Amino acid sequence: MSRTPPFRLPRGGRLIDRAFQLAFRFDGRHLRGVQGDTLASALLANGQMLMGRSFKYHRPRGPLASGAEEPNALFGLGQGGRFEPNQRASTTALVAGMVLRSQNCWPSLDADVGAINNWLSPLLPAGFYYKTFIHPRPFWKHLFEPVIRRSAGLGRAPVGPDPDRYEQAYAFAETVVVGGGIAGLTAARDAADKGGRVIVLEQDPVWGGRTPTDHDGGPAAIDALLADLRGRGNVTLRRNCMATGLYDHGYLLAREALADHDPNQGIPRQRLWRIRAGHVITATGALERPLSFACNDVPGVMLASAVRDFISGYGVAPGRRIVAVTNNDDAYRTALTAQAAGLEVVAVIDARPQARGDLPQAARAANIPVMTGKAVAKVKGGTHVEGVAICDQAGDGRVTGSLDCDVVAMSGGWSPVVHLYSHCGGRLTWDEPEAMFRPDPSRPPLGADGKPMVTVLGAANGDLRCAGDLERSEAPTMPVWVMPQDAPYKLRAKMWLDFQNDVKVSDVELAAREGYASVEHAKRYTTLGMATDQGKNSNINGLAVLSKALNQPLEATGTTTFRPPYTPLTLGTIAAEARGEAFQPLRKTPMHDWHASHGASFEPVGHWRRPYSYPRAGEDRHGAVNREILAVRNGVGTLDASTLGKIVVKGPDAGRFLDMMYTNMMSTLPVGKCRYGLMCNENGFLMDDGVVARLSTDTWLCHTTTGGADRIHGHMEDWLQCEWWDWQVYTANLTEQYAQIAVAGPRARELLQRLPGTIDLSQDALPFMQWAEGALAGIPARIYRISFSGELSYEIAVPAGRGLELWERLHAEGRDLDITPYGTEAMHVMRAEKGFIMIGDETDGTVIPQDLGLHWAISKKKPDYIGKRAQARSFMKDGSRWQLVGLESLDGRVLPDGAYAVEPGVNANGQRKTQGRVTSSYHSPTLDRPIAMGLVRHGPARMGQVLEFPLPSGEVMKARIVDPVFYDKEGTRLNG
Amino acid sequence: MAEALADIARVTGLGMVTIRADLDHAGDAIAEAAGLAIPGQTRIVTDGSRSLGWMSPDELLLILPAAELADAIAALTDALASEHALVVDVSDARAVFDVTGPHADDVIAKLMPVDLDDLPPDGLRRSRAAQTAAALWRIPGGFRLIGFRSTADYLRLILENAAIPGSGLAPR
Amino acid sequence: MLILTCPYCGVKAEETELSPGGEAHLKRVGPGGTAEEFEAYLFARKNIKGVHFERWRHAYGCGKWFLAARDTHTMQVYGTYKAQTAHATDEIVANARQARAEWVPDWPQGSEAVVG
Repeated sequence: MSRTPPFRLPRGGRLIDRAFQLAFRFDGRHLRGVQGDTLASALLANGQMLMGRSFKYHRPRGPLASGAEEPNALFGLGQGGRFEPNQRASTTALVAGMVLRSQNCWPSLDADVGAINNWLSPLLPAGFYYKTFIHPRPFWKHLFEPVIRRSAGLGRAPVGPDPDRYEQAYAFAETVVVGGGIAGLTAARDAADKGGRVIVLEQDPVWGGRTPTDHDGGPAAIDALLADLRGRGNVTLRRNCMATGLYDHGYLLAREALADHDPNQGIPRQRLWRIRAGHVITATGALERPLSFACNDVPGVMLASAVRDFISGYGVAPGRRIVAVTNNDDAYRTALTAQAAGLEVVAVIDARPQARGDLPQAARAANIPVMTGKAVAKVKGGTHVEGVAICDQAGDGRVTGSLDCDVVAMSGGWSPVVHLYSHCGGRLTWDEPEAMFRPDPSRPPLGADGKPMVTVLGAANGDLRCAGDLERSEAPTMPVWVMPQDAPYKLRAKMWLDFQNDVKVSDVELAAREGYASVEHAKRYTTLGMATDQGKNSNINGLAVLSKALNQPLEATGTTTFRPPYTPLTLGTIAAEARGEAFQPLRKTPMHDWHASHGASFEPVGHWRRPYSYPRAGEDRHGAVNREILAVRNGVGTLDASTLGKIVVKGPDAGRFLDMMYTNMMSTLPVGKCRYGLMCNENGFLMDDGVVARLSTDTWLCHTTTGGADRIHGHMEDWLQCEWWDWQVYTANLTEQYAQIAVAGPRARELLQRLPGTIDLSQDALPFMQWAEGALAGIPARIYRISFSGELSYEIAVPAGRGLELWERLHAEGRDLDITPYGTEAMHVMRAEKGFIMIGDETDGTVIPQDLGLHWAISKKKPDYIGKRAQARSFMKDGSRWQLVGLESLDGRVLPDGAYAVEPGVNANGQRKTQGRVTSSYHSPTLDRPIAMGLVRHGPARMGQVLEFPLPSGEVMKARIVDPVFYDKEGTRLNG
Repeated sequence: MAEALADIARVTGLGMVTIRADLDHAGDAIAEAAGLAIPGQTRIVTDGSRSLGWMSPDELLLILPAAELADAIAALTDALASEHALVVDVSDARAVFDVTGPHADDVIAKLMPVDLDDLPPDGLRRSRAAQTAAALWRIPGGFRLIGFRSTADYLRLILENAAIPGSGLAPR
Repeated sequence: MLILTCPYCGVKAEETELSPGGEAHLKRVGPGGTAEEFEAYLFARKNIKGVHFERWRHAYGCGKWFLAARDTHTMQVYGTYKAQTAHATDEIVANARQARAEWVPDWPQGSEAVVG
């Protein structure tokens, strides 16, 4: 039979305001809805029952539900960067100007080529992919996978970045109530009475849950509770706020929709609440289950609760002639609601042998035909319901009659929403009389105090009649997992369990037959419950079918794991402010803006941004590096070294402490001098290095690598607090207090001496590896005569607030010396020319200082230091470890960083054996040839030997083992 | 609607001194040199232009006008000369912001995992603001937030972002 | 996401304000240790399902390292205590025993030693 307008009922619609019309577009058509509509109700009001195509078979689908569990009616919403796939029609509020696109169909929803899969469905059972595409092997990569990938995925990815704003916020409450229905609001009132802060979260835009729809006194009861709660100072009521996950120690995430799909409001679109709850009350209600009868997925077959929601909430008639099919009393509410709205209720088909409850009696009194002991044998119709064939529930589907209708309202009973309770470890129990899993009060999730963290109330706790004091009594549900009970395969192969992923009763039975007896395995084999709805409709029905196939009770099968989020979260809410410029804290030195305005090309070092080089017009990054190096080698350059860690260590036991921290002796360092130090962890591996200066008898200043400052400070504090807490040592991380500038090059002294100051910079007064303090250019400064470039070099530390001033002064004074700012890459190349190691290049967490030939920096006299015992382990001492050497490419090309040196033979995996690798590799502009460092087995003993480095291209590069110091081996320059 | 939730203002001209010492033993000497009483655990004592905050069981932070910094460091160093103690200037290591206005709470609640209902009028809370370390205490009309100097731009960005008009946390 | 109360400053800190430091009460083995002792110190961890003692640093707070007694299965926190403590306090032991009657401390009882 055909569907006839009008689809919007002349009266009713608790949630809509007919005075405000909203225009929107659906697959190019211009349609209208009203204020308060969801996409689903607006489309139904336009006579649009066909809302999607199923994922696998491309079967036509209409809306099944009216809430978060909707599996079928998913749309692509919005345009450009605001496009979003898989938006649920049942929970998305209609906004004027919305643009909806149907998904998973081509060329159109009505004429979908992919629907051929439906005719092929006997060839596409569960596990089809695994079985079919496994042989021959090479076909997978080149043929099957590309084809399958093209058809995989539901909805399209958005194009372009999301222009909307998102944010997060923290909240704290003694009690958080999830669910703003009668149970939740009542619990909130009780909790508020006891004192403490109460937050109530409701996923919908309106309060009340099912109560206002299902119970005559419902709206008044909800309004009264709300009025009470709003009058209390300790209660926060938040609607449009979906609790998505509950985690350890009462940590609850909830997504609040602020301006969903309505960018014109100019406020954040969504907010992710990070709530810490003393106690959580979940009053999340229950979800109605579908019934498994043949062709239960034809558009027009809907959950009974959804049918009455559309009628009473939105004033929309899903159809004109309704057949209800049920195993419980609740569906009679739909029949009564539909009839009261002027729709024809053809019959209620009740699988139970008898139906004597108040609701069935009320239906009979309203002249609604009630057929007990009956079942739907099959739904007739293709793109919409045309009728149902009737049979006995206790039978094999022999048809006893048929009814014409355009909507089938089905109810297979209700399942408590136990997701949040289960997320953090709450266990369930099977309630046989009500045929449902509900929270097991003896096994709740525990909080930090070891007490139950969650209380479950109302329908979520299995109390399906929690609003019953407002209404009539109800008779028990009769479990009906397959309809009719002895349905043959032909019918079972048309009974949908998971509508979105196209999993049928016959698929789950097949999985059981093939040995997937564990519910988790059967889920993955069939994909039951793995779609975007996460099995909200299908879970229990699927478990029941699996249990029957395995011939075991349902509780023996158990449930799959409930995992957050309850409904999908927008990635934007998870990122919140952490995008674009604020993606990470971008740490800037005091001279950062100068670098930027002088063309610096930055590189990230930890959270810092450091100039990599300063390319000039017509110069690339590497051209700049070469120029900068030559400038330093021949004149003078400046490096912003402010990011280096600077930790002051002070106290009577500071020397003793640093002797433990470093491999070499720091306690004997004279005041005024500097010493290069290595720091290892207890595993013996080198973790950081830097120059230590002794500032006074009881005070040292330890430089760390840029990335190491916080880590090394934490490491020091760890040992001080947890191991040697009786030692008198204080540390302070002063990294950010100072700007530090390296002035390097043969003319460095000449430049610095042009600045007025109180510090004697001469070789005699301030030789290599000493420091001095005073004023430079009117700024209090500490000058370290240390060098990472191998040149005459001074590192000048001044208060951070004056760093830029000194930097600019140096550049002004040094103009005639062609003073050149140099970046990190020039620094790296220059240190490699000198054979200096770099933490993170020559080390990777498995390298000990001895591997790097740094024996001179390891004290032999000290009885102990962190890492000493580990370095005495047998394989640390055996001679076969890879050790530091220089590498000289034979053909003049730069060796690839990380390339491996091979040796004859293959290992157990059939791979070439290796004997070393390249750790640093550059073109040296100073020497005008490639230089490299690497770790090679017995390397230092093999000077002059040639190693082979195969490249990914198959080509082999050769390099000779040489001394790692390529430049100024005698160190005359840095001592200059 | 067009109003930001709070004013975000960078504060400059402050001197700051980290003092590490055994507070039980050296507390009186510090109090005398700093001119302020020793704050209790997680508290901050303020007297006119100077504040003294409790940072950890053996660490205080003295905040004062920059002009008074040198004298204060000298006084503290002197007072603690016979103690095992550390007195260091950290004035340049910090970025300071005042977040004031009727909805300053909302701005902080978007960035810091801190229960502001639990923060006493003289409370000092060290925590994080989004992804960077920050400390917070109350000032008239709002909060003072200090973080590391290098993250000043980041702090301003996230504070202003959290304060955009119309984004108040009151339920709607 | 855990909440632990820092015993040095009393702040109820959430996990993002803390950094973890692994099993607590390890006894350092230095250069004099045998290979077996050193291996046990460096690598052997109890990896317990149940009552577990672990190190945390209040990294975004007062910076102090502290110890926590936590149930790795139920997430119950039996207590937090200062790092300069040889064993968990009697109160923590009592809390753990109340939740897990079968659990016994693996150190001599009645000798709670707080140092420093």
